[in-house]
Amino acid sequence: MGTMKLTLKIWRQSGPNDKGKMVSYPVNDVSEDMSFLEMLDVLNDELVRNGDDPIAFDHDCREGICGSCSLFINGEAHGPGRGITTCQLHMRKFKDGDVIQVEPWRAGAFPVVKDLVVDRSAFDRIQAAGGFVSVNTSGNLVDGNAIPIPKNDADSAFDAATCIGCGACVATCTNSSAMLFVAAKVSQFALLPQGRPEARKRVLAMVEQMDKEGFGNCSNTGACEVECPKGISLEHIARMNREYVAASVTKDR
Amino acid sequence: MARSALLGSSLAKKYWMALTGLFLCIFLIAHLAGNLQLLDMSPDGQLKFNAYAKFMTTFPLVKVVSYLLYASILFHAFDGILLALQNRKARPVRYHYEKAGANSTWYSRQMALLGTLVLVFLVIHMKGFWYEMHWGDLGLDADGNKDLYTLVAAAFSQPWYVAIYVVSMAVLAFHLLHGFASAFQSLGLNHPRYTPLIKNVGVFFAVVVPVFFALIPVWMFINA
Ligand code: HEM
Ligand code: SF4
Ligand code: FES
Repeated sequence: MGTMKLTLKIWRQSGPNDKGKMVSYPVNDVSEDMSFLEMLDVLNDELVRNGDDPIAFDHDCREGICGSCSLFINGEAHGPGRGITTCQLHMRKFKDGDVIQVEPWRAGAFPVVKDLVVDRSAFDRIQAAGGFVSVNTSGNLVDGNAIPIPKNDADSAFDAATCIGCGACVATCTNSSAMLFVAAKVSQFALLPQGRPEARKRVLAMVEQMDKEGFGNCSNTGACEVECPKGISLEHIARMNREYVAASVTKDR
Repeated sequence: MARSALLGSSLAKKYWMALTGLFLCIFLIAHLAGNLQLLDMSPDGQLKFNAYAKFMTTFPLVKVVSYLLYASILFHAFDGILLALQNRKARPVRYHYEKAGANSTWYSRQMALLGTLVLVFLVIHMKGFWYEMHWGDLGLDADGNKDLYTLVAAAFSQPWYVAIYVVSMAVLAFHLLHGFASAFQSLGLNHPRYTPLIKNVGVFFAVVVPVFFALIPVWMFINA
């Protein structure tokens, strides 16, 4: 109980072209009820008060649903603990006197913007390449529930759709591969009748964009599945692999 | 585009990796089955082994399969090194501190290193026996066949030669411990009903096959 004294070693980088380095910060009076981000808020408050540059990090919802927060904490994406984002990580996971290493996601496709903030727009471009269904919205919309869908498929599609696009899979993967993210986005549509008409085009386009962005290849180490805050399964990667081979050999041109 | 998709993309490289890898696994079974004959060190066993070696280097169907095999090894190694180089490039700045053991096995992350060591072994192994069988200056046995047996027995009477084989088989075991099941995942064959079975068969295969391969030089050394 009570408060903890910690030493944070945080990656500081003033901008995309700065070399950057790890900098040590002592933090006192850390309550175990704080979230990791609240602890950083406290540190930033102190830095600002001393006229120093606060540490830049991404965050938004702070309840594990938006996918904004990141951080590679003590060698793991979103820190220790499973099935949580950094905003859901609490200081009770650490103990008095701990040294905590905090680094940004590392991938060529996720360049550092400043300190712990990386540019994840590569994910947006992959989504834009095919992660959607083309729905006619001009007044003749069909009730989605009118189409019967097997319960297992609906559940599995929903599981895939819970991916929040945080990028922990890429950060964790020894190859900086984006396969789990792309597989989740492909699967959520591939499993549903509404997604089938564009399925072949989608998987080919999304994989092509993934490769263009410079993500690594999948070695099936399974690290992504372990560190993913939403527990996205490797089964989705296998589904994408099937979809891709089928699309490659059956497409028209 | 259809061409490039099935040849150049990241996924396609993995299908070929998986297909060639599984083909090499099948080859390992056949190769092991044939070479276990070496455990019979009687004069009769020696003649039988030499006759088998002759069959394997001259029978047309075996020759066709062997060319497919050479191509698979070369392609698997080339593709694997290409993948590994791309993977390195995908993370230009590395982490200061990484707790990779918390989420994956070391051998799944070191497939390229393990594979490269297997390749080094293959060069030694093929120079030692395959090259000699095809182009070397081997004596003939009582039946008039090239006496590969004597060459193998001489090689495995040297402790360091036996050691290279045993260590290499340990390396192969770790390559397969990840590789066998991984190949099925790469091909999209993941199903809650079958995947646990595939993983178990993979562990069994990865242990049993290299252990029996390693047994041959050890046995021949002890009984020399
Ligand atoms: C008897 C020899 C070999 C067998 C049976 C074998 C088998 C396999 C199998 C089944 C896989 C899994 C494929 C997948 O993940 O889809 C694999 C992966 C791999 N192999 Fe081999 N292999 C052999 C030799 C080699 C050699 C000589 C190299 C040379 C570099 C090599 C390099 C690799 C690499 C780098 C991977 C991982 C690819 C990745 O996931 O990124 N292998 N191997
Ligand atoms: S698959 Fe998991 S780790 Fe990857 S972006 Fe989606 S939620 Fe994050
Ligand atoms: S801030 Fe939204 S998921 Fe963490």
